[in-house]
Amino acid sequence: MKFLTARRRNPFVAVLLLVAALGAVGFTFSAVSNIEPAQASLGSQTQVEDGKKLYLEGCSSCHGLDAQGAMSGPSLIGVGAAAVHFQVSTGRMPLAAPGAQATAKEPIYDVEEVAAMSAYIASLAPGPAIPTAEDLDYSDADIAEGGVLFRINCAQCHQAAGQGGALTQGKYAPNLMQATPQEIYEAMVSGPQSMPVFSNETLPIKDKQAVTAYIMALQESPNPGGLSLGRIGPVTEGLFMWVAVFGAFIGAAVWIGIKAR
Amino acid sequence: MSTTMDHPVEQVGGVTAKYVDERLGSNKFLGRNLGKVFPDHWSFMLGEIALYSFIVVLLTGTFLTLFYNPSMVEVVYNGSYVPLKGVQMSEAYASSLDISFEVRGGLLIRQMHHWSALIFVAAIAVHMFRVFFTGAFRKPREFNWLVGVGLTALALGAGFTGYSLPDDLLSGTGLQIIRGILQSIPLIGTWAAFLVFGGEFPGTEIIPRLYAAHILLIPGIILALITVHLMMVWTQKHTQFPGPGRTNTNVVGYPLLPVYMAKAGGFFFIVFGIIALIGGLVTVNPIWIFGPYTPDQVSAGTQPDWYIGWLDGALRLMPNWESVIAGFTISWNVLIPSVIIPGILFTGLALYPFLEAWATGDKREHNLLERPRNAPVRTGIGVAAIVFYGILWIGGGNDVIAAAFDLSFNVLAWSLRIGLIVLPPIAFLVTKRICLGLQRKDREKLVHGYESGRVLRLPHGEFIEVHQPLNYKELAIISAKEDLPVLPAPVKSDADGVRNPNYRVDQLRHKLSSFFLRDNIERPTDAEIEAGQAHAAHSAGLEAPLHEYEELDQDPVGHGGVLHHPGMPMTNQEQVDQRQ
Repeated sequence: MKFLTARRRNPFVAVLLLVAALGAVGFTFSAVSNIEPAQASLGSQTQVEDGKKLYLEGCSSCHGLDAQGAMSGPSLIGVGAAAVHFQVSTGRMPLAAPGAQATAKEPIYDVEEVAAMSAYIASLAPGPAIPTAEDLDYSDADIAEGGVLFRINCAQCHQAAGQGGALTQGKYAPNLMQATPQEIYEAMVSGPQSMPVFSNETLPIKDKQAVTAYIMALQESPNPGGLSLGRIGPVTEGLFMWVAVFGAFIGAAVWIGIKAR
Repeated sequence: MSTTMDHPVEQVGGVTAKYVDERLGSNKFLGRNLGKVFPDHWSFMLGEIALYSFIVVLLTGTFLTLFYNPSMVEVVYNGSYVPLKGVQMSEAYASSLDISFEVRGGLLIRQMHHWSALIFVAAIAVHMFRVFFTGAFRKPREFNWLVGVGLTALALGAGFTGYSLPDDLLSGTGLQIIRGILQSIPLIGTWAAFLVFGGEFPGTEIIPRLYAAHILLIPGIILALITVHLMMVWTQKHTQFPGPGRTNTNVVGYPLLPVYMAKAGGFFFIVFGIIALIGGLVTVNPIWIFGPYTPDQVSAGTQPDWYIGWLDGALRLMPNWESVIAGFTISWNVLIPSVIIPGILFTGLALYPFLEAWATGDKREHNLLERPRNAPVRTGIGVAAIVFYGILWIGGGNDVIAAAFDLSFNVLAWSLRIGLIVLPPIAFLVTKRICLGLQRKDREKLVHGYESGRVLRLPHGEFIEVHQPLNYKELAIISAKEDLPVLPAPVKSDADGVRNPNYRVDQLRHKLSSFFLRDNIERPTDAEIEAGQAHAAHSAGLEAPLHEYEELDQDPVGHGGVLHHPGMPMTNQEQVDQRQ
C-alpha cells in the first residue's frame, strides 16, 4: 500500500481515475443494457437483386444509384426494411410530387415488389426490420396503459383521438384511423417524415403493442354520444352549433315571427 | 275578457281569480300587465333563445351536481369505459366519466348541458348584434346595454369555468393557459397565479374553487342581471321597427296574453326540444377520448369552446414579443392578446352607447329602431368589429383548419396576422359605402317612386321609365329616417375676444360628429315625398295597357301571327283603375 500512498498526488492519478471511472460506467452500461444490434432481415439473393432492379428504376433518381442519398432524397443506407415497407406500401413513396411531406396514396408496387425492395435496402446496412407476427400481436396488451403512452408520446401531434393534426410549414401528423398495426409499428421504429424514432429501447415492444391496442380500440370504438363530429372537439362542435342549431333556431323564430295573415 | 260569465271555464277562472285577488290583490296588476303589447319581429326572439337555453342550462346543471364530485384527489378508474380502466385520474374526471357511462341518462343530460351552454353564449352574441345594429341601445336604454355587456362577460365566465370542471385533457390545458395569462400581468402576475390556483399548477384547489364559481356565484349573478334586464325591458317597453302607424311614442304589436305568451311559450319548447334532440344525437366534448389531465400531456388540436376561441386565436396570432424592464419580464406575447385586447374590446362595447351619443350630440329618446343603413358609421364599426373578432376566431382553430384544408400552418398564421390589421378597416369602408348606397336608393324611392322596369313610349315619341308609388308599408318604413346635423365647429374665441375654454374638446366632438354624420343622405321633406309619390302615381297612370296575352281579343292566323280585331280599347287610366 505504501507504493500507492506515496504516489496518490501524482498528476497522472486524476487522469487514470477518470479513465477507470469512464470505463467502469461504459462496461457496466453495456453489460446491463441489452441493446440489440439492428437486424437486417436478409432476404434471398434473388430477392435482393430484384429489389435492386426496382430500386434503380423507381427510386435511384432521388436517393442515388447506391442509395447513398442525393440533393433531392436522403440516404437510405441503414434505414432498414421497416422504413421501406412503411413508405412504399402506404404509397408515400415514390413521391407523387415534391411538397411539404409525402402523402399516403394508392401504392404503386405490389407486396412482392415491396418485399424485394425492403430486402435490397436491408442488405445495404443493418436497420429496423419488418416486424414479425409476434411483434404485432397486441391481443394481450393493456389498452388503458396504451392510452396513457399514446397521450404522452403521440397525442401532441396525432391528437388525443388519433385524428391527426397540423405541423409547421404544411407538414402534418396523419390521421391514424386507417392505420394497420404493422404500419403503426413500422412508423414507430423508422420515424417517417417529421416523426421521431421510438426504437425498441425507448419504447419496448410490449409498450408498442399497448399503443397499437389503444389505436385499434379508438378505430373500433363506437360513439356513445351520438354523431362524433370528427372527435376533434370544440372546432367542429362550434361549427355545428352555429350552422345547424342556430340555423334551426332562427328558422323557428322567423316562422313564429311571421304575422298572421 | 268576456263580460258574460256563462261559460263554465270562465266561471272557474273567475272564481279562481277572485280567490287569489282577495288574498294578493293581484287582479289590478295582472289586468294592467297581461294586456301589455309587444312588437313583433323575428329578431326580437334572439334574446329569448338566450333566456330559454339558460333555463335548460340551469335544469341540466342541477342534475349534474347530484353526481359530479369537484375533487382533485387522485383515484384509479374502475368504471365501465375499458380504455381508461386502471388509469390514475382526479375524482372530478372520474365522476364526469361516471355521469357519462354509469348514471342513467347522464350522458344525455351532460351533452344537453354543454350544448345549451354553447347556445346560450351564441344567442347572447346574436341578440347583441341585433341590439347594436338597430340602435336599440340608444337613450333611454343605455343602462340595459350595460347590463347586457355584463351578462356577456359573465356568460363567458360561466362557460369557461364549466369547461374546466371535467378535468380532462382539454380542460387542464385551458387552465394552464389561464395560469399563463394570470402570470403575464405585470408585477403581480406570479402571485395572482399562486392566489388563484392555491400554489403551484395544477395543485389541488382549482377545481373546487371553479366549481363554487360555476354553480353558485356566476349563475346567481346572471340570474339577478337577467331579472334586471327583463324588468327594464318591461318598464321601458320594447323597441319596434318603423312601420305604418308606429311612432316613437306608441308600441304596435300583440298583447302579452294570449298571443305573445303563446308565441314565446311555443318558442321555449322549440328551443328546449332542439337542445334535447342534439343532446341525444350529437356528441359534445367526448371527455373519455381526451383522457384525464396531467400536466405532461397535451393533445394536438386543443381548442377552447367557441366563445373563448377568439382569445385563444389572439394568443396564437401574437408574435413572440417580450421585454425585461427593471428586472421584471413583461410578456407582451401573452399580455396584449389575452389581457389588453379583450380589455379594450369589452370597454369599447360597454361605452359605445355613451360615446356615440356624445359624438353625435343625440339627446333624443329613441323607441323606434334605426335601420342599419341609416347609421352607416355605426354599422361599419359593428361589421369591422365582427371581422376583427372573426379573424381571431379563425386563428383559434388555425391548426385544425390547416390540417383540414391542407394549408401551411405558417402561411395561415401570417395571413391572419395581416388580415387582422388590414381587413377590419376595409370592412368598415365597404359597409359604410353599402349603407350610403342603400340610403341613396331609399331617397330615390321617396322622391321618384320605385322603378317598375317598364319603358313607356309617349304619343309624341318620348320614352320614359314608369315609376310607381311606394305602398304604404314601405313608405312608412323608409320615411321614418331621422337626420341629425353635424355639430357646428367651435369658435376659438367669441365676438368679445373671450377664449372658449372647451375649444379642444368641442373641436374633437365636432370632428367625431362629422365622422359619424357628414356623409348622411338627407331624408327629403314631407312635401318632397308627397310630390314625388304623386308624380310616380301620375307616371304610372300614363302607362300603356299591359294585357295578359289571353286577354287580348285576337285570333291566331298561322305561322305564329295574330290578328287583332279592331275596336275601342280602354284608355290607359281606365285600365290602371281597373287593375287597382
